[in-house]
Amino acid sequence: MSPSKKVTLLDYGMCNMLNVARAFEHAGAELTVTEDPRDALSAERLVVPGVGAFSDSMKEVRTRGHDDAIRRFAETGRPMLGICVGMQILFEGSDEFGQAAGLGIIGGWIKAVPSQSLEGQPQRVPHIGWNQLMQPCETNRGWQDTILESTEPGKAAVYFVHSFAAVPANPGDRLADFIYGGYHLSAAIKRDNVTATQFHPERSGALGIAMLRRFMDS
Amino acid sequence: MSNLRIIPRLDIKGQNLIKGVQLEGLRVIGDPQEHAIRYYQAGADELIYMDIVASLYGRNNLSDIISRAADQVFIPITVGGGIRSVDDVRHILRSGADKVAINTAAIARPELISEVARRFGSQAMVLSIEAKQVAPGKWEAYTDNGRERTGLDVIEWAKRGAEMGAGELMVTAVDREGTRKGFDIDLIQQVRSAVSIPVIASGGMGTIGHFLEAAQEGGADGVAMADVLHYGRMSLPDIRAAALDAKLEVRDI
Repeated sequence: MSPSKKVTLLDYGMCNMLNVARAFEHAGAELTVTEDPRDALSAERLVVPGVGAFSDSMKEVRTRGHDDAIRRFAETGRPMLGICVGMQILFEGSDEFGQAAGLGIIGGWIKAVPSQSLEGQPQRVPHIGWNQLMQPCETNRGWQDTILESTEPGKAAVYFVHSFAAVPANPGDRLADFIYGGYHLSAAIKRDNVTATQFHPERSGALGIAMLRRFMDS
Repeated sequence: MSNLRIIPRLDIKGQNLIKGVQLEGLRVIGDPQEHAIRYYQAGADELIYMDIVASLYGRNNLSDIISRAADQVFIPITVGGGIRSVDDVRHILRSGADKVAINTAAIARPELISEVARRFGSQAMVLSIEAKQVAPGKWEAYTDNGRERTGLDVIEWAKRGAEMGAGELMVTAVDREGTRKGFDIDLIQQVRSAVSIPVIASGGMGTIGHFLEAAQEGGADGVAMADVLHYGRMSLPDIRAAALDAKLEVRDI
């Protein structure tokens, strides 16, 4: 536990950046918003937000030299949080609009949310709305000492808006799943110091704010 | 899955939360910020703000109100009224909105739907449709709060909007708006089966039964409601509890 509440938010021109900033401020963070990769690299805790298209986000990240900063920060062991597309770009690549390479920090690929349920019924994509967090079937890691600590599996709902979802190569990286049309898809991942959410904690009400607080306690 | 959303809708004129009847005949209700915070704390799944005089002035004036709301409200916010260009959308999203709802400008130039979807993602592009019944099972799209007809068939327009990249549809039954007589279930059903994107039903909620109908019979993915909440005729927890009782897929708080 660190007594400091310092959080550095990486600004690469994505529109939800300000709302993530507001949510962290509401959660009591000492917030720095930066475009400078050097500030990102020296951060105590780094947040990579994101919304919109994968390839556009990667382009913005590369243009600003953030790709290298994010990769190197992940290796420092200091806490990092990716949100939505900020989670997706941590993976090796995405099927969105053809194929695009990601940062490759986490093994695995970003694939389309199935437009048919497991029973073959058409289902709505994008997946927009509140959905419950579940413990992944493959792992039994539990949520203690993660941002999901004291979140109730199968009951607590968070806000999603996306058409693509991560498929981690290592099932052990799955922190939480959600169920859509019978499929278990990845809601949050965690590998060592890197936590990332497909859902939007900054848009998930008091529950989401509590997750941001727990990230600040890590 | 809890994809049925309960969405308070705040119609704004100037700095005031107002309520109209069939989108005309306005009454001032109070400070939008107070209501937004109250609804957030009571478990709203989302908020919709509409600048209902924007199209008269040709621009949306909600950015200050949205920016104040975004400091206190941590659920998705949709903003509509008088949004005409990609620059307008950027301005509104920068203020703290997550999505924009566009009607008039999309009808004038449908390519705007694709432009917004491409730049900000389809999740940010809500196509708002004002529907007026012209014959049984037939509706015409209107603009300017139900004042101007367009000649467009609502179902055809809904399909076209979805194809052009809208991420959601908000369908307001102009004839029901503010009447408390219930949603136009036939309209919601028909739009819903015409498109594969989420459909938000708006206009006419007077009872919890109307909410259940919109979801169960209409198949709405979200239900927008205004005066029933503004006047305290029912509360968000009551609506949520009734929906859970009816085994509807709402968020359990």
